[in-house]
Amino acid sequence: MKTGIVVFPGTNRERDMAIALKAVTGHAPKILWHRDTELPDLDLVVLPGGFSYGDYLRCGAMAAHSPIMRAIRAFAEKGGHILGVCNGFQILTETGLLPGALLRNAGLRFLSQDCHLRVENAETPFTRRWKKGDVFRTPLAHGDGNYVADAETLKTLQSENRVAFRYVAPNGTVDAADRDSNPNGSLDAIAGILSANSRICGMMPHPEDLVDPLMGGEDGKPLFDSLVEALVR
Amino acid sequence: MSSKQKAVNADLAREFGLSAEEYDRVLAIMGRTPSFTELGVFSVMWSEHCSYKSSRKWLRTLPTTAPWVIHGPGENAGVVDIGQGLAAIFKMESHNHPSFIEPYQGAATGVGGILRDVFTMGARPVANLNALRFGAPETPRTRQIVDGVVRGVGGYGNCVGVPTVGGEVNFHLAYDGNPLVNAMTVGVARQDKIFLSAAAGIGNPVVYVGSKTGRDGIHGATMSSAEFDENALAKRPTVQVGDPFVEKLLIEACLELMATDAIVAIQDMGAAGLTSSSVEMAGKGGVGIDLDLDAVPQREPGMTAYEMMLSESQERMLIVIKPERTEVARAIFEKWELDFAVIGHLTETGNIVVRHKGQIEADIPLDPLAEQAPIYDRPIAPLPAPEPVGDIHDPIGLEQTLVRLIGSPDLASRAWIWNQYDSTVGGQTVRRPGGADAAIVKVEDTSIGLALTTDCTPRYCHANPRKGGAQAVAEAWRNITATGAKPLAVTDNLNFGNPEKPEIMAQFVGAIEGIGDACRALDFPIVSGNVSLYNETRNPDGTKSAILPTPAIGGLGVFDDVTKNVGLGMPENGTLILVGETKGHLGQSIWLREILGRETGDAPDVDLVAERRNGDFVRARIASGEVKACHDVSDGGILVAVAEMVMGTGHGCTLDTPQSGMRPEAFWFGEDQARYLVAVEGDGKDFLSAAEKAGVPARFAAEIGGDALVLPSGARLSAARLTTAHGAFFPDLMDR
Repeated sequence: MKTGIVVFPGTNRERDMAIALKAVTGHAPKILWHRDTELPDLDLVVLPGGFSYGDYLRCGAMAAHSPIMRAIRAFAEKGGHILGVCNGFQILTETGLLPGALLRNAGLRFLSQDCHLRVENAETPFTRRWKKGDVFRTPLAHGDGNYVADAETLKTLQSENRVAFRYVAPNGTVDAADRDSNPNGSLDAIAGILSANSRICGMMPHPEDLVDPLMGGEDGKPLFDSLVEALVR
Repeated sequence: MSSKQKAVNADLAREFGLSAEEYDRVLAIMGRTPSFTELGVFSVMWSEHCSYKSSRKWLRTLPTTAPWVIHGPGENAGVVDIGQGLAAIFKMESHNHPSFIEPYQGAATGVGGILRDVFTMGARPVANLNALRFGAPETPRTRQIVDGVVRGVGGYGNCVGVPTVGGEVNFHLAYDGNPLVNAMTVGVARQDKIFLSAAAGIGNPVVYVGSKTGRDGIHGATMSSAEFDENALAKRPTVQVGDPFVEKLLIEACLELMATDAIVAIQDMGAAGLTSSSVEMAGKGGVGIDLDLDAVPQREPGMTAYEMMLSESQERMLIVIKPERTEVARAIFEKWELDFAVIGHLTETGNIVVRHKGQIEADIPLDPLAEQAPIYDRPIAPLPAPEPVGDIHDPIGLEQTLVRLIGSPDLASRAWIWNQYDSTVGGQTVRRPGGADAAIVKVEDTSIGLALTTDCTPRYCHANPRKGGAQAVAEAWRNITATGAKPLAVTDNLNFGNPEKPEIMAQFVGAIEGIGDACRALDFPIVSGNVSLYNETRNPDGTKSAILPTPAIGGLGVFDDVTKNVGLGMPENGTLILVGETKGHLGQSIWLREILGRETGDAPDVDLVAERRNGDFVRARIASGEVKACHDVSDGGILVAVAEMVMGTGHGCTLDTPQSGMRPEAFWFGEDQARYLVAVEGDGKDFLSAAEKAGVPARFAAEIGGDALVLPSGARLSAARLTTAHGAFFPDLMDR
């Protein structure tokens, strides 16, 4: 599986992502620069976490207009696979590759803590190593992760089975109004969504930071194993 | 806007913070009346903040060497050998005064400044920690300061992508008008790629990189060298404004440049900005330096030479570069969209010459500026003996006491704070805040781990500075030991009141002596540090309040194999053993303050021989793999430490009835030093007999199991109940 990680000015979780990808693929991903106008031959493009352009204007808004995003849009149009985590998810919504938007956390504070996610659709390249309904633990770290979408978009996401992950209590129950289990107040407790063709996934938490027992567990690893299984040619 | 350009005389010198004597010395060095800009340079270089004029005599007494110390104090940060050709580079620094005036920016720029001290030496920052002291929770402004400081620390650290992995927080009335914000950064570099600040090579270009210079923070170093008066909040213009996004770009650009062979010397522009960086770099290298301020990237037009030389605008670095590499360097900084300007060159004059708009604005000989800087041997008054402890009785019983203590301001859960700091970015955080006695961060692509902690118990330091200074070092050493790591070295951040008062100077000297005692006994040298004096506030009635003496200690330890670390959470089963001698010392304890409402008595004794013997024993047992969890016994004593272990995982234990012959509250809540709680598998007999053989006091403390802490009386406190009592303080204070 050939992977590339995009670095914008202010990106800061590209190393975490590279470690996770290397752990499952056996080789280091390519690091792509925001000013690049073409992509090399890749199976997966990752937009990692961080504060691209300092989160100035709006999270992800300026990165969405950087030169490489034109190439990434073309990659998506050709059916390419894209994973956006945290700031990467924000960039994907700002680019319009995924619907909805990420607002300030409901409590108006940056949150860095573990959360639990439930796998809502296990038939995607990002989730196939899980079963639908599986619950896993993962860190999150963001100030703007409160997912919102208009009623029609939400209905589409639900009816097309495009909610990939929801925030849940450790026992798997969803309660969007509960700040303990849905810490940032996301609409319908949505933590991650998919494009219509299931080849683009955006999510706020950081499975890449939980792929090693030494760091507290491997709960995030199935996401990367799924990608290898789906994308190795 | 600018205070230009008043006539230069003794009055103006006093306004700039120079005494009449110091001004006379300036006149003697210059042989003429200095220009306005020159006076500005002298005043910041000779400020307490930059010159250490009250503390230097005593700092020299601290132990600073060991075979593993690569660079001790005197560089931008301390450097120690952590094996495999790598070095840890670390330092702690205060940003107290700005954080009172403008909590968010004060704290944020404190983090930014200490990061630069570390990456300027070639290290990629891998962890941030902090030591925070706030006023009484009841004081209205405390909430606002806590909110701003926590947001500021997080706002900066989260954005630059350096995990904030540990710290400590105390509340006390004595910090009402003067909170303490001490920030520590730890970085890792290759030992053969460490960059220093001594300039060299006559003619070599001096390059300015980073943000543009504005009018912020002018005279910040001078402000930090004086007490606050009732108009303190009017000093907001002296506080700098940080931009962590630019800092992140600056880190990446500098590290990219450092991977090439272009840099002769490099230093960040911290306190006193362009003045201190250029003066120190040239001074250390024994060369002169010519600066052309017209070339300095400026945020706004019309800035004077004085303003540019004293600006403390953030995210700027000064580099002496190999001339043939100038264009390579320029390309790197352009790639990262940062300013890059050649603003001068090194000379053989031995002077700093500052030119602006065709005029020479300053021409100062560097040697006397450094060598004739004032140094004071300030008078010391004998310290009062600690107040007697007074009557001891237990009004509410063990169970109630424990619940109240773990919910009290100094012992309550800090999760509300940690949860605003990104502690996992980088993917190397082995133990997050609260997971072990020290934070543990793996060094990427190696087996090495770093154990990091910040510690100080100001109430001990106030009662007995020497014991308090030793205790702070001992606790840092113990916290590192309790994870299984080998303690290597210390950075200190000495926060005190006005050194011109003999009783404050006595606190300072006492604490230094205690720190020195402990560092020597524990082979734990000081490799970097910072002194913050004049932490006092003038009250409206004219009286002045000093903070509690607070010599914060930042400790660093190392694992050759980080998989051998242990946390503090109680395992599912096994035996809990208490290591170290319990004497029931209640003077200055949290119990005494929270339950009987008194801050009396002496600090606990710090027996450094016992400390070392007990710690070396515990570390060896952890290395052997038989220890499942370990937690040092400190604030709140044994029972609080056990409760913390139970809350760590939700696994409980049944406490043994102590046959100690002392009052139960003294046994359970006394704060004797050199003690650990160690969880081992099975009945613990092997551990106890090994301890006996080693001459280490150890006793059975509890049988591990269940999900409750069971007291000797049979009373059960479920982990859930403890966690609720522990968790309420911060949300109740901050989110109400």
